[in-house]
Amino acid sequence: MSGAEDASGGRDARYRQTGDRARGDVDRTPVPDTDVCVVGAGPAGALVADRLAGDREVVVLDAGPRFDPADRLARQERAIRPFYDRPDVWDVGGERDAHEIAGDRPYPLNHARVKGVGGSTLHWQGMVMRLHEDDFNSGTARGVGPDWPIDYEDLRPYYAEAERELGVAGASDNPYAPPREEPHPMPAFEPSYSDSLFAEACESLGIAMHSVPNARNSEPYDGRSPCVGYGTCQPVCPSGAKYDATVHVERAEERGATVIDRASVRSLEHDGDDRVTAAVYATPDGAEHRQTADAFVVAAGGVETPRLLLLSAADRYPEGLANGSGHVGEFFMDHLFAGAGGTLDEPTRQNHVGFYTSACDQFYDEADEAQAPFKLEFFNYAGPSPVETALSGDDWGDPLLDQLREGYGNHVAMGGLVEQAPRADSRIALADDRTDDHGDPAPRVEWSVGERALDTIERANEIQVAILEELGADVEWVAGPDATGPAYHHMGTTRMSDDPDRGVVDADCRTHDLDNCWIASSSVFPTSGAMNPTLTIAALALRVADDVEARLSAQT
Amino acid sequence: MELTRRDAAAALAAIGATGGVALGVRRATGDGGRGGAEAEPARDGDGTPGDEAVREAMTAVARTVYPEAVSGLDAFVDGLLDGRLDGSAHAEGIRAAVAEVESAARSWYGAPVADLSPADRDDLLREMGADVAEENPDGTTAERVRYYVVNELLLALYASPTGGELVGIENPQGHAGGAESYRRGPR
Ligand SMILES: Cc1cc2nc3c(=O)[nH]c(=O)nc-3n(C[C@H](O)[C@H](O)[C@H](O)COP(=O)(O)OP(=O)(O)OC[C@H]3O[C@@H](n4cnc5c(N)ncnc54)[C@H](O)[C@@H]3O)c2cc1C
Ligand code: SF4
Repeated sequence: MSGAEDASGGRDARYRQTGDRARGDVDRTPVPDTDVCVVGAGPAGALVADRLAGDREVVVLDAGPRFDPADRLARQERAIRPFYDRPDVWDVGGERDAHEIAGDRPYPLNHARVKGVGGSTLHWQGMVMRLHEDDFNSGTARGVGPDWPIDYEDLRPYYAEAERELGVAGASDNPYAPPREEPHPMPAFEPSYSDSLFAEACESLGIAMHSVPNARNSEPYDGRSPCVGYGTCQPVCPSGAKYDATVHVERAEERGATVIDRASVRSLEHDGDDRVTAAVYATPDGAEHRQTADAFVVAAGGVETPRLLLLSAADRYPEGLANGSGHVGEFFMDHLFAGAGGTLDEPTRQNHVGFYTSACDQFYDEADEAQAPFKLEFFNYAGPSPVETALSGDDWGDPLLDQLREGYGNHVAMGGLVEQAPRADSRIALADDRTDDHGDPAPRVEWSVGERALDTIERANEIQVAILEELGADVEWVAGPDATGPAYHHMGTTRMSDDPDRGVVDADCRTHDLDNCWIASSSVFPTSGAMNPTLTIAALALRVADDVEARLSAQT
Repeated sequence: MELTRRDAAAALAAIGATGGVALGVRRATGDGGRGGAEAEPARDGDGTPGDEAVREAMTAVARTVYPEAVSGLDAFVDGLLDGRLDGSAHAEGIRAAVAEVESAARSWYGAPVADLSPADRDDLLREMGADVAEENPDGTTAERVRYYVVNELLLALYASPTGGELVGIENPQGHAGGAESYRRGPR
């Protein structure tokens, strides 16, 4: 069946305007004559769609809903009120998001993602760093994992572009950051009051502090508000100052792309010439549709991307689509949290904003076979937020106020992220006996972490505790190897390699096995570094869009 | 410290004049939520209270759950309810929970909550279990009173600049107090 046959009409006849949507009158049928079908409307899919939309017929399918911007304050209320758990803020959970946890370590998958237009950036914190040069050559430089088939230099112009697209506030005061040619699009956020307390302690220990790049407006940018200090960045920014991918979804739509929400792609179909022919998707009315296109970009995040490939197994690809290497789903990595905190005998002015303003990358490039790269963060949100405490106390009036005063005011804390090395037994697979709302096998997360990462967490803890003690803090908690958890960055599950036996995609992020299928996601990272992944995801997505365009142009 | 209508406006800007929008969706589609099976209907059976009655009762409860140091409660609670009694499912939840507080006040203390002495009001809310209950919009009476009455008021106060300042944070979470206060040292 061709796309033209099963599509119900031309674009002009479609009802995709906001007003019609609000009346529930949404056309979710496929679009005929589509050039590019993108699966997933997070930042990766949105950037690809926006970049191609001007010249190409682009359709984006997303499993989750469009969230009404008018509801953001109500979502913020959910973030503050104790009745609601984090996944409730963006309606994550239920049958749609069923999964199985089977590894050495628990993995709270539904705290770690959002499904819907904007993807997980609706919930994210918005810290955006470039990977370091050695992160691309981990095998050669550190003796751990494979080298990437591309270098920092290949990505460098795309990093600069990604910073402009997302809107990054940053400064060039970080001596450990990789080389950059131009300033960030916006000035960095000034250091916090508590940063100034940390600065003294760090100076006497010979530890450097520097600014940190934020995908958050320090001044009006791209038609969006500057930060106004709601302080609930993670999980929701009501002002729009924090970048989220609805920015690029909306722009792509303005430029002609069609975005279909609540369209869960269940499988990708292929022909006998190693080309993907259609994305088969289900809509809320129970219908199943086939979106055909000349090119497909899978951008469904680091867990759902390998799952979709595995769900698309067929006679020609019995182990899953694009899985000739057998590596789809393997090498699942996340960044590990290392932290410590306590109290001072003076006010520290925490919880005014929900992001941090200073970091330390000094130890990052000490990495070798025994020690992973890691970075340190100086929090501006240590200790309890009074309004949240007030709602879960068991008293009111003056006694409550006394408790709040006692609990708030003197906390300090540091965080940090540590790289985990890729290992085949840390992976995303299909669950044996758990299915989603369409009856498809749910993802099974088997997450395991090696000694190098756990040792490095200890090393990070030592530095954190030394700084806190120098500061005169009473250290009250340390999140070490036993208490560590994931940072919700899903990487490695469709790794990039020049060698089709060793990786799922090539250096252009195109699958080795299928000529017209690309993957835009941190799932292509062969190693993860210790920097938050999304700026790199954005840079790779822009690069994918260029490659798709070049190949489509070459065909015509 | 004086609470003003401006604080109420700030609280509304923080928590949303239409707190019910997304929360209402949850109520409509949820299965009754945690503890839903124990939920009891309003006891007085004579309908939900009108705006004026809700205002009086909420202001009376605010006198109990807010600290002594704050004044100007009437204008603050009025301003808050101007935004929150908006016809949403959340607004209906407030009315229903207030009805239950009133019903308990009348049957246990023989008077509406606004006419009770401060000590009796405090006792009433504790006897209803609203002090130790965890908030739940679909839960037991105690959990719903905690959600729609007690925490509604505490959220508005402590997400407002005046409420925050009582604790030492003039830009509390939920309040758009600008991107400068985090840089300032203690006064
Ligand atoms: C709490 C939290 C904090 C974070 N903080 C940071 C941070 O500070 N810095 C940083 O760099 N990163 C951070 N991240 C990670 C960041 O959010 C992700 O790296 C980023 O969103 C990934 O982008 P993506 O487009 O690849 O995937 P996603 O944003 O996850 O989007 C994938 C989209 O695909 C859709 N989808 C999935 N399966 C299907 C299917 N079968 N059919 C159709 N659609 C499908 C989903 O509905 C979703 O909308 C954070 C994440 C979380 C959860
Ligand atoms: S503090 Fe965070 S949530 Fe508030 S406006 Fe700034 S970016 Fe948005």
